[in-house]
Amino acid sequence: MSLRTSLKALPTMVRIGFSEAVAYRAEMIIWVLATTMPLIMLALWSAVARGGPVGRFGQAEFTGYFLAAFCVRQLTSSWVAWLLSYEVKQGTLAMRLLRPVSPLLAYATEVLAGIPLRIAVVLPVLGISLWAAGAQRAVPTSPGGWGLFALGIVGAWLITFYLNVLLGTLSLYLESSQKLMEVYMVLFFVCSGYMFPVEFFPAGARTVIEWLPFRYQMGLPVELMTGAHAAKEAWRLLGAQWAWVAGLGVVSMAVWRRGLARFAAFGG
Amino acid sequence: MNAKRYLRLLGVQLKASGLLALQYRADFLAEGLTSLAWTFTALAPLFVVFNARPSIEGWTFQESLLVVGWFTLLQGVLEGAISPSLTGMVEHIRKGTLDFVLLKPADAQFLVSTQRFLPWRAVNVLSGVGLFVYAFVSLGRWPSLPGIFASLVLLATSMLILYSMWILVVSAAFFVVKVDNLTYLFTSIFDAARWPSAVFRGSLAWVFTFIIPLALMTTFPALALLGRLPWTWLVGAVVGAVAFASVARWVWLMSIRHYTSASS
Repeated sequence: MSLRTSLKALPTMVRIGFSEAVAYRAEMIIWVLATTMPLIMLALWSAVARGGPVGRFGQAEFTGYFLAAFCVRQLTSSWVAWLLSYEVKQGTLAMRLLRPVSPLLAYATEVLAGIPLRIAVVLPVLGISLWAAGAQRAVPTSPGGWGLFALGIVGAWLITFYLNVLLGTLSLYLESSQKLMEVYMVLFFVCSGYMFPVEFFPAGARTVIEWLPFRYQMGLPVELMTGAHAAKEAWRLLGAQWAWVAGLGVVSMAVWRRGLARFAAFGG
Repeated sequence: MNAKRYLRLLGVQLKASGLLALQYRADFLAEGLTSLAWTFTALAPLFVVFNARPSIEGWTFQESLLVVGWFTLLQGVLEGAISPSLTGMVEHIRKGTLDFVLLKPADAQFLVSTQRFLPWRAVNVLSGVGLFVYAFVSLGRWPSLPGIFASLVLLATSMLILYSMWILVVSAAFFVVKVDNLTYLFTSIFDAARWPSAVFRGSLAWVFTFIIPLALMTTFPALALLGRLPWTWLVGAVVGAVAFASVARWVWLMSIRHYTSASS
């Protein structure tokens, strides 16, 4: 499983992943339809904003925020936890392990290879956002802003990926991590800024939210996209995000290695 | 093919699921905890929204709580009685074992919809009822008897619609091969039902009333409990639900005909 073989295989794996994404495009449409929660929340908050702005959010700000949330969800989604627990249950993980490339790398490329198709979905939504909310509230307006957003979305992708690996690997310890994934989704929906901007939390709860990883998976990239923070605050939050990336990276890889040892024990 | 035989069949299937559930008593606790967690998620945005405004589109916090209550209750019905067997159906299609079901001398839709129940999910129904009680206590009044009766009728129509929507989604499984996301799709559509339908405007309102009748499932019963539902709406709901169910049945029959078994 040397680095060189992995690197040599990488372009091919991405190509296969992309072809698969194209082959199963119907599935992707279903997925996109399933992640329309930000649009529902947009309708809801628009109803709220009709009576006057909430904090710094008026109608246009809400439009920009939730359309950005939709885009971020498309680009950072990961279904590795589900794949892993499925493959553990079916035992097909064993076949993946026979290949000279780490299964995690294979999962990662599979998720990444779908991104071009997802961008095709995101672009029109972005267009609508630009038209309905105005450029100021839809996208970063300076190159520096785009840079911060890029950092934020890569960090968000990595946190989501590592959390997925962690959850999926736990299915090697627990009989099924299905329940755990449910709890994760609940926490993600409420705490990440997916259903409402995190600044709507009361002060005490906000401190807790700042310490949890979820906010950095969704809220932060969305805020960077809609230009909610000044540079200094943005860098502080990005620092916290990348601290989570590093921490989760180490923990999830360690748990994965130990879990694999257990998996080998299954099949004898 | 008489009704009595089908009732007996349903009894047998229910009993089998009940015995299976009793084997995993620890699940009761897990179900209870997840159900509470989900109820809380349904409430968290509600608190946040009503923190910003005392009432939204004519709905106060307590009144919206009734909608969430119906949502939670129906979620229990959905996850306890509808999804488990139909998830099994998707599995049947994928593995090609649906042939065995189709060969049996009973209606295939009936068989696949009753193959499995998760009785512990009834916890959700209890949390829903708990929300009703809390909401009415803080409103300081109780629903009228006709109101309760109307909401019970609507509960039946909601379950019928929910079931038919699920049948429609599963029928899609015949055409889309990789169907793992279908359940997820369904839950996320249903999710919009946790809000009073008045907040949806324009095309979204139209979709949620006529195409995917979410308004009918949670907002109408809440209105009935509050005594604000016009009788004409109740009649409309019953007619609409029956029409929707017939469409679903028709689509199901079409899909079955379209289905070429694993061996052919």
